[in-house]
Amino acid sequence: MEITLRIKRFNPEQDQKAHFEEYKVEVEPNDRVLDALNEVKWYQDGTLTYRRSCAHGICGSDAMRINGRNRLACKILMKDLGKRITLEPLMGFKVEKDLLVDMEKFFDAYKSVKPYLIADDAPAAGERRQSPEQRAAFDDTTKCILCAACTTACPITWTTDEFVGPAAIVNAHRFIFDSRDQGSATRLQILNNGSGVWRCRTIFNCTDACPRDIKVTEAIEQVKRALLYEQV
Amino acid sequence: MAYHRYDAVIVGAGGAGLMAAIQMAGKANIAVVSKLYPPRSHTGAAQGGISAALGNTEEDHWQWHMFDTVKGGDYLVDQDSAEVLAREAIDAVLELEHMGLPFNRTPDGRIDQRRFGGHSRNFGEGPVRRACYAADRTGHMIIQTLYQQGIKHNVNFFDEFHLLDILFTDDGECCGVIAYEIKTGELHTIHAKTVLIASGGYGRVYKITSNAIAGTGDGVALAYRRGIPLMDMEFYQFHPTGLYKLGILVSEAARGEGGIVVNGEGEAFAARYAPTMKDLAPRDMMSRFIYQEVKEGRGIDGKDYVLLDVSHLPPEVIDEKLPDVTDFARVYLGVEPKNEGIPIQPTAHYAMGGLPTNNNAQVILDPAGTVVPGFYSAGESACVSVHGANRLGTNSLVDLVVFGRRAGRHMLEEIQSRELAELPANPEETAAKEIADLLNRDKGERVADIRKAMQEVMMDKVSVVRNETGLLEAQKEIADLQEAYRHIAIQDKGKRYNTDLLEALELGCMLDCAETIVHGSLVREESRGAHYREDFEARDDANWLAHSMISRKDRGFEVQKKPVKITIFEPKERKY
Repeated sequence: MEITLRIKRFNPEQDQKAHFEEYKVEVEPNDRVLDALNEVKWYQDGTLTYRRSCAHGICGSDAMRINGRNRLACKILMKDLGKRITLEPLMGFKVEKDLLVDMEKFFDAYKSVKPYLIADDAPAAGERRQSPEQRAAFDDTTKCILCAACTTACPITWTTDEFVGPAAIVNAHRFIFDSRDQGSATRLQILNNGSGVWRCRTIFNCTDACPRDIKVTEAIEQVKRALLYEQV
Repeated sequence: MAYHRYDAVIVGAGGAGLMAAIQMAGKANIAVVSKLYPPRSHTGAAQGGISAALGNTEEDHWQWHMFDTVKGGDYLVDQDSAEVLAREAIDAVLELEHMGLPFNRTPDGRIDQRRFGGHSRNFGEGPVRRACYAADRTGHMIIQTLYQQGIKHNVNFFDEFHLLDILFTDDGECCGVIAYEIKTGELHTIHAKTVLIASGGYGRVYKITSNAIAGTGDGVALAYRRGIPLMDMEFYQFHPTGLYKLGILVSEAARGEGGIVVNGEGEAFAARYAPTMKDLAPRDMMSRFIYQEVKEGRGIDGKDYVLLDVSHLPPEVIDEKLPDVTDFARVYLGVEPKNEGIPIQPTAHYAMGGLPTNNNAQVILDPAGTVVPGFYSAGESACVSVHGANRLGTNSLVDLVVFGRRAGRHMLEEIQSRELAELPANPEETAAKEIADLLNRDKGERVADIRKAMQEVMMDKVSVVRNETGLLEAQKEIADLQEAYRHIAIQDKGKRYNTDLLEALELGCMLDCAETIVHGSLVREESRGAHYREDFEARDDANWLAHSMISRKDRGFEVQKKPVKITIFEPKERKY
């Protein structure tokens, strides 16, 4: 079937401002949006620019706005979209070229929550023990692929650079609720202010946007409760 | 032109590169260069597990793991290396746990383990639980954990820098790399005492593959262009269970947890070919069984696929241990694995071959093992060889952790003992000319056409089953495509994020990898592991119990044989 991709284009080397271009592409119902993008890039317009790698929703490269919603281009199929598909870059980040945005701010926020195990008690022999129940407490947030779909779906991040954003909180949660970790107090302190969890207005856009089905809002609420009631 | 000086530059931020970086962080001045953001690396797509004879759920010994690795590799494995792999796997997995990797746990809180293809108890008696895992996203957890450690240790990352060239002195010492800053189009000369190529595999030479689009063999091909021989390139693994037509991987863990593969007659045919290990026979064999079933008309509805059936497993096993792979089936094929079989076909998955190295990850130049000073490789880009003619499931993750770690440790030693070698005059010349040629040519062949032709001929003639006629045709076609590649033209002439240019560069690397795969397959007149020749069906230990080392010579190739190191296990017929 033939579909039309309406793609927001912007190349700062030559454009004053962004504009839409349309491309007609022949696709199968089971094709991914990424397949259609590749079809355009490979056979119609080599200048079209976007990130991609694994092509099956694991590497987190190709988050973009697809018909207005944050999705991975490799995880949305043609049959679930109309015949006119609008593709735009993620909101709130500087557009570098076409569908490709500057990720530095995103990774800086991630790094700010100390996203690594803080523990100095590794046993001399064998592994640290952790029960399946303790392991389950943070399972959901281990799934994050750092695609930025959640953070850029959050209206708060559209208006301010101050908010650390849902993805960083998800990754803080992954350690705060890990029974092996000893850095929870530090991380909770980092998030216990107006640029941390208290900036969240429980809008659920993040949860809707997550391609890994992480319950992002719930994770943020758990961090808030940990701060209020010391429930870790 | 920008210039940087480091003790070590690591190319590739997957498991091997990051593991090496973590060894050196804080002890040497290092840089990690990757064309992706590190957590996008393809290590993250690994699913099922990482093996180590921890013996947490049943008796196990590293000697059994070593034996399975050797036998799985159809005795082309260097046994001293397999011993290193199996012994150090135990400590390496524990180190990952100490770094914070969230493994699944046993009821008493230990790392849980499960079955995987080709892993057996007591030298082949039956399946053993050896694969340590985190649901079916073990690779994701490894890449995340190692990236987190990189952040913790303040590793200097060059994110989105594309490798263009590897620099050597006239005396053959490695002294740095040239990288292209994707954001600006600027060339960077990174002058270093040691270079580690950990740039992964090249599955994208095939039409159907589980590999990321970034899997284009850049580091392997660029070293080959600089005269480094490539080893065992003819051994390319096809994973039996890729999603039909898409090639997306469905982990062997699906069979480790009890899934079976059935043909069009509803028969679980693996038992007919491999009575002991059945569906857990190694990947090369399972792929050939599927090929044979399809060839004899027993595909589904006579077509070229079969079904992976997990519908008889308890729903909670599917949800807790196989959530991602069953989700792939739902998303991409609209199949509900709890109720129906998943359409699958063999998919190009893993390069056993690559840059030849010793057990310290030092690249070697010849069958005698002459080391290239300052030059290292680890992970899929390397060929130690611990995988021989066919890699066992989970051993890629073991490989990159064990040998990435060894690379880092040995590089630290070499950094202490070696002076920084001088750069060649005009180090960026080759790279700059290649870029300029691509930007200046306005009319020519299209990258996508050449790439598609390459992927199709490799799939048709150089995949699960090969023969001389097909290989000769493939050789000619790849040579023609190489010629066409000299006349490609790209549309994007800009400096910023010129991904059109990058795809062209990647195609050049893939063609180089493809030509060595084809030529290696043609020369090796036997069948062993993943390399199956219809016209030479038997394994030929008299002539071919040897690695091949291929180099490009004026107008042709040179192939040298490197003897396999055998320490404990004498080659035997491989039965499962």
